[in-house]
Amino acid sequence: MAKMNLKVNGKKYDVDVDPSTPVLWVLRDQLNLIGTKFGCGVGACGACTIHLNGRALKSCQLPVSAVGIQEITTIEGIVPAAGELHPVQKAWLELDVAQCGYCQTGQIMAAVALLKSKPNPTEEEIESAMTGNICRCGTYIRIKAAIQQAAKSSHK
Amino acid sequence: MEKSTNNQSRRSFLKVSSLTGGGMMIGFSWLANLIPNEALAAANTTNEWVKLTGFIQITPDNKVKIFNPNPEFGTNVMTSLPMMVNEELQADWSKVIVEMGDFDTPRFKSQFTGGSRGMAQAWKPLRKAGATARLMLMQAAANEWNVPVSELTVANGVVSHKATNKTANYGALATAASKLTAPTNVELKKISEFSLIGTPQKNKVGKNIVAGDSLFTMDYKHEGMLIAMVIHPPAFGMQLKSFDATEAKKMPGIKDVFDIQVYKDGYTRAGFDTRAFNKLIAVVGNSTWEVMNARKKVVANWEPIQTTKEMVAAWGSKKEETVPGGLESTDEHMKQMLAMQKNPAKVLRKDGDPETAFSKAKKVLERTYSAPFLSHNPMEPISCFAHITDEKAYFVAPIQIPEMMKQNIMANLDLPADKIEMKLTRMGGGFGRRAYGHYIVEAGHISKKVKAPIKLIYTREDDMTNGIYRPSYMVSYKAAIDENNNVTAIAIKGGGIPEGAVHENRFPAGAFENYIAEGWDIPSNITIGAFRAPGSNFIASAEQTFLDELAETIGKDPLDYRIELLKKAKANPVGKNNEYDADRYIGVLELVKQKSNWGNTDKNVKRGVAAYFCHSSYAAHVIDVRMKDGQPVVDKVVTAMDCGFVVNPEGAKNMVEGAVVDGIGNALFGGMRFEKGVPVQKNLIQYRIIRHREAPKKIDVHFVQNTIDPTGLGEPPFPPVFGALANALYKATGKRLYNQPYLTELNNSTKS
Repeated sequence: MAKMNLKVNGKKYDVDVDPSTPVLWVLRDQLNLIGTKFGCGVGACGACTIHLNGRALKSCQLPVSAVGIQEITTIEGIVPAAGELHPVQKAWLELDVAQCGYCQTGQIMAAVALLKSKPNPTEEEIESAMTGNICRCGTYIRIKAAIQQAAKSSHK
Repeated sequence: MEKSTNNQSRRSFLKVSSLTGGGMMIGFSWLANLIPNEALAAANTTNEWVKLTGFIQITPDNKVKIFNPNPEFGTNVMTSLPMMVNEELQADWSKVIVEMGDFDTPRFKSQFTGGSRGMAQAWKPLRKAGATARLMLMQAAANEWNVPVSELTVANGVVSHKATNKTANYGALATAASKLTAPTNVELKKISEFSLIGTPQKNKVGKNIVAGDSLFTMDYKHEGMLIAMVIHPPAFGMQLKSFDATEAKKMPGIKDVFDIQVYKDGYTRAGFDTRAFNKLIAVVGNSTWEVMNARKKVVANWEPIQTTKEMVAAWGSKKEETVPGGLESTDEHMKQMLAMQKNPAKVLRKDGDPETAFSKAKKVLERTYSAPFLSHNPMEPISCFAHITDEKAYFVAPIQIPEMMKQNIMANLDLPADKIEMKLTRMGGGFGRRAYGHYIVEAGHISKKVKAPIKLIYTREDDMTNGIYRPSYMVSYKAAIDENNNVTAIAIKGGGIPEGAVHENRFPAGAFENYIAEGWDIPSNITIGAFRAPGSNFIASAEQTFLDELAETIGKDPLDYRIELLKKAKANPVGKNNEYDADRYIGVLELVKQKSNWGNTDKNVKRGVAAYFCHSSYAAHVIDVRMKDGQPVVDKVVTAMDCGFVVNPEGAKNMVEGAVVDGIGNALFGGMRFEKGVPVQKNLIQYRIIRHREAPKKIDVHFVQNTIDPTGLGEPPFPPVFGALANALYKATGKRLYNQPYLTELNNSTKS
């Protein structure tokens, strides 16, 4: 076990865990930030997508000891204020994207990171950036449309 | 808690109860399954919530809550079922709160998500519940204002009396209404009078989903909760012999390591009690990562199983099921199935004289189709919370069919029915996998042993290698063709491991004077179960690709040929028990023909068609593909559906789009292989699931407009996707595809 300081969603946390623990399980088990989901544990499905310094990353593949002072953002941390929604989340609701919903927070985190680096992504760029995020219910078309809508709304 | 004042006749589906502490409940015979959970019961005694029905609650501060009775795994019953209630209740839909109902052990009935039955079963009772509540609220207003009910109007949860200019919201009327006798003659709106049902409505839980709120069992937490994982044999056909947990128990955070026997010896299984392995090693500890690490330190010894027999009482019959010993392999399975195709099989249906027709045929077209086992792979791996104390057994479970778990939990965990409480959570996908609740019993055993609240978690590997898979199938279709290119007979023969998919009474039965369908099964120790449109998902692919090739062989347009056969079956149906409505079948084909502009597209557009009927709804797809760098790209899918009256067009469209994507993915990539009993694919790196860039660029969904009572959508659009895709790929590549996954066959053919 090792004591570590983490910065998650702008807040500082002290954790005492095995240094090899993936960030996913520190978030879920220790910090009770359960919006980051467990899907495969091998970085193949994207349900656990978070941001590290603003870039999308699969948290099941990131040992907590590797984080250091880097900033972690989870789905709980992308909202402008408590009770409000991020424009990408709003687009998700407007297009009624979700079916079971389990993968959608990971999808949203990947989409937010994509729009940060490419505010106006082409269809191909969306497909390529999102391809690490599986939706077993098959809501891909709506996800793509929601990303396009969020991109549009941010240019208004 | 409840004092029943049941004075209704047995045929009535309403039951009026009064609650101590005030308030009232109207239960329903179909859905008399919603017990007030503890929080609600407490709220009730303080009169904060007044119960009007088992699934409608209205507070004095005018909050309207509807409890959705059916487990939700993504078909959006959390929105569509409450829409049915509110169509008649006429509360303000934008403010209606929807919550998942709990599982009521003592009185549960049909809480079932699967088989696409939710809509059809709910259609009348839910609307009647809403209407009953509304009438009681109106009566309360009439009594208060001393005016006739007939002079009252209702809109958005407000009752008005125009002449006296009086208005009252439901909240203000709820307490008085709860003291009235429920009306017995409740008239429901006609479809033409609907204002909510039939309009596109967004997911009521959408905001919680995008926020990442705790909705799933995986997210559930409880004071003092431990994490549990199990270790199962590495291969089907193996069982636990012994294990050494000395090192594992020394690992940090570990509470205990022990073995559990899931079902008792001699337990008679019910239909959904399938489980792959009966003896498991359980590892229990403080946190997920600690348990995962300790699990690796357990040294287990496995041994081969002997052939055993298990009693199964399901679907109205009790029979002995053989679980054969041996380590099975996919290559061996293929050989076994091919051999079975050559042996005599059980005749399932025979019309006319197919033997003579085949002997006289000028030409015979015969094709054999196969498909592998499939893993459901719901995004949320299997999980279950259990807390068993002397007082009660509390479960938080993702389960499609809670009622089917009752006798299993009682028998294998030695629990009386009245001690079982189950909270149902939203499920991160199911596709049939979560109909089999062995994991609830496993969690129960573990909680009992460690005397603590535990959450059992399967990793993806556990989920995929301890599966209840879609069976592996093979079928051949044979057509006798005369000198005038008329098809004079059809013969279908097929089976599966361990069960086949031939539906002898489905189309094209009824369209041919001479017809035979035969089936066989090969026992297996690989566990199988329902997978989105069971059986249909394979047989539709074979039937619809065969009809395509047959149409080509006799020089007909594939879409028109299907319509021609259906017209024939409608005018002069051959045989009895044909399980389809030819008109509705034709309806979806005509609609997809029109909407896809069939026959009038550029010759560079490579397209395929398929249609199928199962689970009470009709579906047809036209799929356009092109090949890019040797890989198929689906440009467009046009779908026509007939699922009766569409309750929520928005949710319905989403369902169909998802089924199309799922179908394309499973058709191209899906496949679970076994080598000496060992599942070859263990995680999503090896088991390919369709991803963003492989999804169709566009899906156009059209519904046949009618006023037939609504039927399901979760399954029916799925089976015909496979055939439409294979037929389109033939147009794009010149290669007919017979063996799934199609991409493997396509790649093999281009290599050779």
